Amino acid sequence: MADIILEMKEITKLYPGVKALDNVNLQVERGEIHALVGENGAGKSTLMNVLSGTIPFGQYTGQIKYNGEECQFNNIHDSEAKGIVIIHQELALIPELTIAENMFLGNERKNGFGKINWDETYHQADTQMQRVGLKEKSTVLIKDIGTGKQQLVEIAKALSKNVKLLILDEPTSSLNEEDSKMLLDMLLDFKKEGLTSIIITHKLNEVAYCADKITILRDGATIETMDNPDHDIDEERIIKGMVGRELTNRFPAREHNVGKEVMFEARNWTVYHPVYTEKCVDHDISFHVNKGEIVGFSGLQGAGRTELAMSLFGKSYGSKITGQEFIGGKEVHLKNEHDAIQHGLAYATEDRKVNGLVLSDSIAWNTTMAKLEKVSNNGIIDVQAENRAAEEFAKAMKTKTPSIQQLVGNLSGGNQQKVLLSKWMFAEPDVLILDEPTRGIDVGAKYEIYCIMNDMVAQGKAVVMISSELPELLGMCDRIYVMNEGEMVGEFTREEATQEKIMSAILSSDKKEAKEA
Amino acid sequence: MKSQDLKAFIKKYTMVIALVIVFIFFTILTEQRLVLAQNVSNLLLQNAYVLVMACGMLLCILTGGNVDLSIGSTLCLSAALSAKLLSSGFSAPVAIIVSLLVSAIIGIWQGYLIGYVHIPPFICTLAGMFLFRGLARVVLNSKTISISNESFLNLFTSYIQIPGLDENKNCVSALIIGIIVAIVVAMLFFTTRRKQIKNGYPTGSFSSMIVKLVIIDALIILYSIKLMQYKGVPVMLIWILAVVLIFAFLTSSTVFGRYFYAVGGNEKATKLSGIDPRKVYFVAYFLMSFLAGLSGLLMGARIGSVDGSMGQSYEMDAIASCFIGGASAYGGSGTVPGIMVGAILLGVINQGMSIYGLSDQWQYVVKGAVLLAAVVFDVVSNHKTGKS
Repeated sequence: MADIILEMKEITKLYPGVKALDNVNLQVERGEIHALVGENGAGKSTLMNVLSGTIPFGQYTGQIKYNGEECQFNNIHDSEAKGIVIIHQELALIPELTIAENMFLGNERKNGFGKINWDETYHQADTQMQRVGLKEKSTVLIKDIGTGKQQLVEIAKALSKNVKLLILDEPTSSLNEEDSKMLLDMLLDFKKEGLTSIIITHKLNEVAYCADKITILRDGATIETMDNPDHDIDEERIIKGMVGRELTNRFPAREHNVGKEVMFEARNWTVYHPVYTEKCVDHDISFHVNKGEIVGFSGLQGAGRTELAMSLFGKSYGSKITGQEFIGGKEVHLKNEHDAIQHGLAYATEDRKVNGLVLSDSIAWNTTMAKLEKVSNNGIIDVQAENRAAEEFAKAMKTKTPSIQQLVGNLSGGNQQKVLLSKWMFAEPDVLILDEPTRGIDVGAKYEIYCIMNDMVAQGKAVVMISSELPELLGMCDRIYVMNEGEMVGEFTREEATQEKIMSAILSSDKKEAKEA
Repeated sequence: MKSQDLKAFIKKYTMVIALVIVFIFFTILTEQRLVLAQNVSNLLLQNAYVLVMACGMLLCILTGGNVDLSIGSTLCLSAALSAKLLSSGFSAPVAIIVSLLVSAIIGIWQGYLIGYVHIPPFICTLAGMFLFRGLARVVLNSKTISISNESFLNLFTSYIQIPGLDENKNCVSALIIGIIVAIVVAMLFFTTRRKQIKNGYPTGSFSSMIVKLVIIDALIILYSIKLMQYKGVPVMLIWILAVVLIFAFLTSSTVFGRYFYAVGGNEKATKLSGIDPRKVYFVAYFLMSFLAGLSGLLMGARIGSVDGSMGQSYEMDAIASCFIGGASAYGGSGTVPGIMVGAILLGVINQGMSIYGLSDQWQYVVKGAVLLAAVVFDVVSNHKTGKS
């Protein structure tokens, strides 16, 4: 008989007006990696919050059996005492503290008087960091290491709590492919040591790669649990379960009508880091986008793509910027963001919550923000015109919301992304740079975003798409540029491009650098 | 009304309801002395500085919960300059222009440091609080200077009285003005609604609009009757109304007003939307100092003399009004009508306690408790748990 470590039975959680979880059942075997998949709002995170005690006992109905005994967790401490540790999507690390301090935050190594034993702290931190293969000193500040390493610190932190059941909520959403693979391989290693993991993710290739079992949630209910013993499950099969219908094509069809006219061009663009001004972030980059064309930018995290885009967008990033920038064939010198918008350029950020939207403002206010003068006369806003415009965009983008007066912070990730795109479409740009436009949103919403992009190019706009997901670049783009370490290392047409070619372009440039060094 | 509607109604008009309750409470407590014509008339005048400066403070708070601590001192400096110039024989226009000019320069100075040099507002204005307090005392030479210039006093503290029509106890002009204002408000209500219907926008129910309009107009007429019974419409009320209306318009209907909310909500996103946050900070602190200067003139004229400790802790009243009136301590939300309710609530409590004869020390305790209660209520009812 299978050794069941966790059993959640008939879990129901009501929010005012919404049934977030409806009789959900989940069974996890000891020593397996169990993937939890489903669209945004399917109830994955809520379920895990119930399990970890973030939603305390009494606020839900149902039963949790862990190691054979029934558990009633009132807070995170209760669940952690039993060895259940959750790592949230937004990392809970404090930038100004060291790795070791973060690792033992709330769990300090101290004597009876409450004095912290620092030697012990750093020593234990080093031990845990070795287990996750993190080659940093434990005295380094969190803000000085990259997102990938921060994720490792979170895992090391979990290990230090003597974790038996590790829950990871979208651990790879902000990692590049290389770091993601490393993380998943580590989970597989821990599995051999007997650790049980539950992983929530939108990336189905990862699910196939590492999960032993897959449970699909939809609209707050368990749809099915599938076995994946040979790690070869069909992604389409999972998608079918998630959306309840077969998405025959993950990318909407589009006529490829690339115009002759070059809409945007950068020549010999070089950018240095804004603080460490001797560090070159982008070196001698040249590229162009034609009318009606979607051009992809592929590369690993830190390849300099976002920095390139932002520096082109009115110098909103970087220092000592040199090179030429052309819009519609004319050279432009963009002083700031406002200038860039006036010249028909738009940049939709990869981090919609931090850099893209004002979460405390309404959909209407966010929509018109980048070009308020369109709905105002002499500096006075025509509220009616503003609302009309916002409604039009919400309709065109199929934004799911009761009203355009809804605060953006209350929307799901996919709908927030649609508001962000609305905002930039409202500014009527000729050239749109979309940085990770589908990050952290579910399959259904992704499809809709792709449709919106197709509409953009159908209207004769030029689109630059930066993405870390190769399949979507291959599915959407007319041409793909490949960047690595601030250099342009490849360019492929739609017909030429394959995942293998792009990855090898990145890897061979790494080798070349290694040789030169 | 269904219970859900009632809840929403209470949530939306919490502070208005609180104001009504507090007002009734003090009316009973003071055996209706609070609603004597003279006290009603004085209520806003005594709090002129709060009403005016709260408008500026709202802008600062909108940009991200920042405050301006220097305004009490700026107010004193502006009043001191006017008093000094008037007592040295300069005319009222000269005194007013110089005072406002100096306040504007202070605004430019602080706005520049905060917006463009990125000095934290708290520290910059804390320094300003000492600086301008000191300068005011230098101007006054540590003395109290009284203001006796007739035209200066008339400009700020006189009452509108039309000879022949008005007497001190029966200023018909006040009632006429009140009725005109009530009619204008009613017309605004109807034209807005008609426009909304014409453009196919959802409008609230007609009856609820009428109820709202009747309440507002009744209040205007009642207020003007009280004014009629005590000297008529004060000129200072016009100054206050002008500032409040301009700022209400600025924040609710103009492009630049929108930027304050955007910067406070998310500065990075605002910058990437082509809006320059530096300019927004600059304007917020510039206007704040300018309003402090104007308040200095109003209060100087009202008190009739200026000393070195004038305006001390006035900044706290303005800040308190904003937070009681529903401005978010984290920036990005708050409205002029809201903070006016907050300011008037504070004013009613102040005046109610004074009339009742509560000692000064207890007045502070009550004020503190009200401020805390308002903010706690706001945070708890909206589940605002900070920026995270």
